Amino acid sequence: MSDNRIDLLAVDAAPAEVSEVDLYQKREKIYTRRIQGFFQRVRLYTGWPLLMGYFLLPWINLNGQQSVLFDLPERKFHILTLTFWPQDLVMLAFLLMISAFGLFTVTAFFGRVWCGYTCPQTVWTAIFMYIEQLFEGSRNQRIKLDKEDMSFTKFRKKFMKHSGWVFVALATGLTFVGYFVPIRQLVSDLVSLSGNSWEYAFTGLFTVGTYLNAGYMREQVCTYMCPYARFQSAMFDRDTLIVSYNPTRGEPRGARKRSGESNEALGDCVDCQLCVQVCPTGIDIRDGLQYKCIGCALCIDACNSIMDKMGYEPGLVSYTSENQLEGKTTTLLRPRSVGYVSVLLIMVLVFSYTILTRSMVDLTILRERNQLYIEAPGGLIDNVYKIHLSNLDADEHQFRLEVEGIDGVQIIGEQIVRVPGGEMSELSLRVRANPLLLSAPGTPLIFRATRLDDLTVSTEHESRFIKPL
Amino acid sequence: MSDFWSGWVIVLTSLQIVLAVWILFANRKKPSGELKTTGHVYDGLEEYDNPLPAWWFYMFVLTVVFAVGYLVLYPGMGNWKGLLGWSAVGQYEARVAVADEKYRAMRDRYLALPVEEVAQDPAALKMAGRIFGNNCAQCHGSDAAGAHGFPNLTDDDWLYGGTPEAIKTTLYNGRQAAMPAWQAILGDEGIDVTVHYLLSLNSREADPEKVVKGEQNFKTYCAACHGMDAKGNQMMGAPNLTNGIWLYGGSAKQLAHTLRNGRNGKMPKFGDTLTEDKIHLLTAWVYSLSNRNKNAEATLAAQ
Repeated sequence: MSDNRIDLLAVDAAPAEVSEVDLYQKREKIYTRRIQGFFQRVRLYTGWPLLMGYFLLPWINLNGQQSVLFDLPERKFHILTLTFWPQDLVMLAFLLMISAFGLFTVTAFFGRVWCGYTCPQTVWTAIFMYIEQLFEGSRNQRIKLDKEDMSFTKFRKKFMKHSGWVFVALATGLTFVGYFVPIRQLVSDLVSLSGNSWEYAFTGLFTVGTYLNAGYMREQVCTYMCPYARFQSAMFDRDTLIVSYNPTRGEPRGARKRSGESNEALGDCVDCQLCVQVCPTGIDIRDGLQYKCIGCALCIDACNSIMDKMGYEPGLVSYTSENQLEGKTTTLLRPRSVGYVSVLLIMVLVFSYTILTRSMVDLTILRERNQLYIEAPGGLIDNVYKIHLSNLDADEHQFRLEVEGIDGVQIIGEQIVRVPGGEMSELSLRVRANPLLLSAPGTPLIFRATRLDDLTVSTEHESRFIKPL
Repeated sequence: MSDFWSGWVIVLTSLQIVLAVWILFANRKKPSGELKTTGHVYDGLEEYDNPLPAWWFYMFVLTVVFAVGYLVLYPGMGNWKGLLGWSAVGQYEARVAVADEKYRAMRDRYLALPVEEVAQDPAALKMAGRIFGNNCAQCHGSDAAGAHGFPNLTDDDWLYGGTPEAIKTTLYNGRQAAMPAWQAILGDEGIDVTVHYLLSLNSREADPEKVVKGEQNFKTYCAACHGMDAKGNQMMGAPNLTNGIWLYGGSAKQLAHTLRNGRNGKMPKFGDTLTEDKIHLLTAWVYSLSNRNKNAEATLAAQ
């Protein structure tokens, strides 16, 4: 990229003629050309299962309720067999950290494969491009169509395209909201026009958002809005696989006959411009690594198809590393990659451990706030506690409450509590103790809740018992 | 705010919007040169001077349109209320009205039923327990078992009566205790002997001579409210002095304090703050408590 630098010293600081240009530039619409190839097949085989997962998961019910449901009003996240309460927020934090480090790890090795293969913006843009091609034709046909005046044919084609877009956008929006509101109820509500205003609002929002983002914004998101595009260079190093053109092999570029002696002087690049035509962000990969390149490998497949036809070796444009381009070897095990993988592994282990050792019962003890202690008959002292007992399991269970830490302590009130599945019970307990047996005004008191039908499920919480000075 | 500040806000806000629009349009044109970079060099690094996307410009315009629309509809221009007449208080009141509609219907269902029946309904008790927690637990404790100076609602002992009517009256009108201060009339010695009499009534250790003197005092001064048998009078709210339940403590010292200084405990008048349906539920709750804990205490005693 050294040829692009301008030697500032040679330019006149105050040019004689000053013409004006707009600060804002209307973007040029990108017409992409469809291409088949190895990496596009990879994209299809990895993309379809994920898409099907996204669309079908909310429809799967487990134990009579939606398998994946982020129930915000109830403040419970149901993910398959697990239910997360607000107390489990630390696990969400771990999950997000794992996702972030997973992304950084993959990027350190493979470059921007997230962008090119799995980013929803790319995936949905690809779907919308497919629909566009379906109704409006190939690249050249589309360019021609846009230049034409409005006619019945043009209107029909555009209408069909937009209808297809709206259909996919609506399905996407519905499914997204369906992760937060049970989807079967959502769909029946919207179809029978009996939904509440929030259901309409959010479904509408995500439908319009999808339609605009995938139909119109497309590469503008990657170019101007997404932060990942900008800081990816911080995650690359000389051993990261990036989509790159091999100038040593390709230059000097030029058109040529299929067979010919003049080909000796030219590099492998035949300047067919196919790599530019297929690029969804509208760059020329031959200019080198750019922040706009999303690593989708369309140009790789395009160039390889031409190399095939020319009888040359494939890989003029390929996933390669800077080191490799300079003739050195690519090392996989380097401090950065080892570091990322280790951190990721540790986080996954910590997360798994936390999930596996989650207790199915949660206990919180709140001391009564109006008085520190109450005098009971016989010179004994009472302390009152508010108890929040959460049954984190899906089924109803009975729990036994006990206290320990003070000799001869008594509980006044119900010790056996029945709590429905997934609910928290609030109850008050009065604990009575003999102040003569207590050495200090405040004594630690441990409350324990044990599930009656499975004594291994138990938890404890410490509070204080207070007597007069 | 005063008219001056209102005007200040209006003028400055308008000026700022006009200024923003002017800057937006004034910056549209820039001189083009051969320079494709911004011209600055930082440590040998330069920056391309690429044009901004046109849709940014449209977004800027959109924000200005939104701002103007917002200021027309909602309060923002000084004291002007905006075309929609929105206010935070108004929004709150609207929500309270909606909630009242929703929950009133639930509670009115129980208003038609007698208290004893409501006290058997678990859903009603759940609601009532929460109303109790919000309004009553601050004094009576979250388990309703009371504290120093606040009666225990879970036992059988009632100052003013434990029938549904009596409980409801207490809730509606509140109560004002009126135990007089006897220091002036009885003097230190008189109080001391009366205390001993009280102790004797509860089978506690007392000086027999003082008990006799105390009984005289009691019959003269105390029996009028507390009854000859000291079993209390629910008409006056005078407690039963023989059952070992002491609202202000039962030690000799505390009894002497009560006699010396009197007691003026006050139960607030909830008829002013709570609606009829809530008071009905609370009555049922309090009524159910004494029955419920009867069993718990019995179990404890049996252990």
